[in-house]
Amino acid sequence: MQSVDRPSLSLLTAFGRQFRRHGQALMASLADVANPLLFFFMVVTLFPLGLGPDPQQLASMAPGILWVVALLASLMVSARMFASDFEDGSLEQMALAPHPLSVLALGEVAAHWLATGCLLALVSPLFAMMLGLPPQGLGVLVLSLLLGTLCLTLIGAVGSALTVSIRRGGLLLSLLIIPLNVPVLIFGSAAVTEAVMGRDPSTWLTLMGALAAGMLALAPLAVGAALRISLDS
Amino acid sequence: MLLLSAADVSIERGERRLLQDVDLSVASGQVWQVLGANGVGKSSLLRALAGLARFGVEGSISRFEPLLYLAHAPAIKGALSPLENLRCHPACDITSTPAQIAIALDAVQLSGFEDQPVGSLSAGQQRRVALARLLLTDARLWLLDEPFTALDGGGCDWLEECIRGHVSTGGAVVFTSHQPSRFSELQHDLDLANYAVS
Repeated sequence: MQSVDRPSLSLLTAFGRQFRRHGQALMASLADVANPLLFFFMVVTLFPLGLGPDPQQLASMAPGILWVVALLASLMVSARMFASDFEDGSLEQMALAPHPLSVLALGEVAAHWLATGCLLALVSPLFAMMLGLPPQGLGVLVLSLLLGTLCLTLIGAVGSALTVSIRRGGLLLSLLIIPLNVPVLIFGSAAVTEAVMGRDPSTWLTLMGALAAGMLALAPLAVGAALRISLDS
Repeated sequence: MLLLSAADVSIERGERRLLQDVDLSVASGQVWQVLGANGVGKSSLLRALAGLARFGVEGSISRFEPLLYLAHAPAIKGALSPLENLRCHPACDITSTPAQIAIALDAVQLSGFEDQPVGSLSAGQQRRVALARLLLTDARLWLLDEPFTALDGGGCDWLEECIRGHVSTGGAVVFTSHQPSRFSELQHDLDLANYAVS
């Protein structure tokens, strides 16, 4: 019986390897990483054309616009989060691993967030300046998007895990997760608006942080369970 | 030593019952070939034995040892090199160092391709990457779904040797294949035609 003291990977190593695997796959397909940024850029350039070039009006709407576009960009990429793993059989293997599926999936989600949400948040000041967002709002915009995209990615991961085995599950996914994204949108745009007005945005940021922490604790469990259900059909 | 036992297993897919009352005990040293026509439920049975399918599976399946399951889908990322694919394998059961993985890749005749993206290799070579895992795992029970697919003659002979070696050191293998039997004296057949629901 050699099974008892079989050397196995520690949980952290297993997490790190899944992170690496997914990160490398993402890095190899730069189009996937650039897509949400390009989408963000295009939509932001369209708003002044549609609304008219009044800088005052644009600046006052900028927090809402930026946040809605960030939400849509995140929705767009999260739909396919587990799709390739489902198709190439990686998910089955993950489910058979001796480690909890939720932890391994979290490794993937983390890589996904870094390549999409986190990157988007860091680039967002550029887009904000295109809309004329006052400079005092930039820092809060980045911070709120960092926390917010983390929430959006985790919610998206749950939705993606639930719908991965369904062909054309995109619409169902949107229906499932847009309602859950609403609080994030409200907190995020409120924080940026407060900062632009010169008031203290910390209430909204704190709420957002709490949401992100809660999600980080609970969403992986839901993702793991959802993936098992998806594999079982 | 018993590695897996299944009793009265029935498998349904969709509304249709595929198999009924399948009994199987796999002990170390045994090679089982699952036979049957296309669509009879060979892959479904293997998935059920691996523990991946629960809905639509009745009966009791006991697994006494960690197992390795190799599906039709190879769990290989085209963007990654063979080395990275194995090192960061999603089953998280490979503890080997990169040097050991390189030796395994050499054994499946992929030396020189270690750092190329797997997507640029041929189907047979991709299959070999997936099969190199057999040399790196500690699992005693292997469940292999159509392992001979896409392999050339030399590859099939290598895989046969590999399975023989594994079995001779106390392992066991359950595999599906349409190829004629290769393991004459070791082999047990599980013909699913006997369990199909008419």
